[in-house]
Amino acid sequence: MRRFGNTFAQGVMYAFTVLALIPLGLVLWFTASNGLPAVSHLEFFLNSQRPTGIPGGGVANAIAGTAIIVGIASLAAIPVGVLSGIYLAEYGAGRWASWVRLASDVLVGAPSIALGLFAYALVVVPQHHFSGISASVALAILMLPVVVRTTEGAVGLIPNGLRESGLALGLPRWRVSLQLILPAAAPGVITGALLAVARAAGETAPVLFTAFGNQFLTLDPNRFMSTLPLVVFRDALTPYKDLQQEAWGAALVLVVMVLVINLGSRWVLRRQIRLARQL
Amino acid sequence: MAAAVDSAAVAPVEIPRPPDRYRTFTAFVSWAAPASLILIVAVLIQQAWPSVTRFGAGFLIGTEWNQVTNSFGALPFIFGTVVTSAIALAIALPVGVAVAVLLAEPGAQGVRGALGTGIELLAAIPSVVYGIWALYVLAPWTLLHIETPVTDRLGFIPFLGGVPRQTSLFTASLVLAVMILPTLSAVSRDVIRSVPRGLRESTVAIGATWWETTWHVILPAARAGIFGATVLALGRALAETVAVAMVIGNRPEIPHSVFSPGYTLAAVIANEFAEATGDIYQGALVEIGLVLILVTLTVNVLALLLVQSARARALV
Repeated sequence: MRRFGNTFAQGVMYAFTVLALIPLGLVLWFTASNGLPAVSHLEFFLNSQRPTGIPGGGVANAIAGTAIIVGIASLAAIPVGVLSGIYLAEYGAGRWASWVRLASDVLVGAPSIALGLFAYALVVVPQHHFSGISASVALAILMLPVVVRTTEGAVGLIPNGLRESGLALGLPRWRVSLQLILPAAAPGVITGALLAVARAAGETAPVLFTAFGNQFLTLDPNRFMSTLPLVVFRDALTPYKDLQQEAWGAALVLVVMVLVINLGSRWVLRRQIRLARQL
Repeated sequence: MAAAVDSAAVAPVEIPRPPDRYRTFTAFVSWAAPASLILIVAVLIQQAWPSVTRFGAGFLIGTEWNQVTNSFGALPFIFGTVVTSAIALAIALPVGVAVAVLLAEPGAQGVRGALGTGIELLAAIPSVVYGIWALYVLAPWTLLHIETPVTDRLGFIPFLGGVPRQTSLFTASLVLAVMILPTLSAVSRDVIRSVPRGLRESTVAIGATWWETTWHVILPAARAGIFGATVLALGRALAETVAVAMVIGNRPEIPHSVFSPGYTLAAVIANEFAEATGDIYQGALVEIGLVLILVTLTVNVLALLLVQSARARALV
């Protein structure tokens, strides 16, 4: 009887786990099957969005917008995040460090829509118009805590012997940290940054009323811009089949990007941990 | 420099250490995260002020949402947010803990690694992708196979009756359940892993089965941490925006059934803010954002403290 109960409970646990993975399979399957017809034309990547009924529309404007907005956000968030993470890993025993940690962890859970409101008040209101740069502000704050915590983790993995050998040679702390520890931790730091990029590139809420969207291709971050999630959000809610198709295509591009970055980073991280153990 | 070396050679004099400028610099940079957090709350308070002064505390219990008469109350959105998050938690909790228990088991790394990867990917998929999937795949299916049968048979029960709709509180809750599951199971897994091995081994040694060990020993030991994980997941559910906005039906009223359209705090900002005109209307939406961020921050701090103390206790 007890053995039966055990087997039964184990069965239920496994059933629940399979149940948990079903949505993943369904999302991937439907995004692939609905999005592939859209992305199988090269125009999808070369042309900008067109109104419904006009064939040959693409999402080049949104891809460029995503790249530029997330690029600017990365330029701000990654250096600041990496230095903060180094601080936490190297000097992170004190009270101030624990405040930084708490703030970062809380910031990860902050509603992304509130970051949009913040960037709107900070950039859009004084400028009197929507812009790509305002979206970058929102996304930079979104990325920052992710970069901070992954950098702390990656730098913390580096064995103390490396640090001590550098200091023993008479190198100043900053050279030990930036020229010895950081390169050793680079794979972990870079994957953390990439994860943050993937997360930012997939966010819709903070760009809704900052970048706002733009049917036309623009490379000027001071103007309205579109991003891939915006295309998915706006097109999916239209009643037009061709625009819905475009939305699925954009969703597929997003999913592929996220999958590549996540699976790639898992592989790199696992290698990094193995190497750190060998040191 | 040379003087310092000389004096050290003569006698063991304490060499004054140069100030660690690198430390000062990185400590300064690390202000960024706490400072942005404070700045965000401050800016939102300032932006919401026209609405705060006009509606006062009545904002939180007002049920009217009228742009023409400029009278705004947040109760329908608070109701929608609370109900969808609660249903999502009720669905995700048993599944998430089951996943966590299996992931925390020692051994069989191959299968478990694949499982863990799958759950992590679930967290990585952008919410707008969940949104489009829920809108075109999940919502029609839910209407046909869950909402209609349930209202037909159990419609006499409060909150289960009415005319079921594709875009409803229930559909939004289902999507939310899927989206918070990774948070729930990843944090629970870490907590369960930190339960001392000796506890498990001693129970197995006296002849308990795997399930008895899990149910009577491991899960009670990890209870506080699992609660923390649940609260953390609640924070995620409260904050989720676009996926919910796409399937909840966007109707600013308190519905009589979970199968009717509703609205959430985050969704109304997403849908209306770009078109909102006038200080009062914009202020009301920012105040909703302010309520949302204050609630989620509180919830998150609470959850982090719970998880931390649970882990600390497990390590003792």
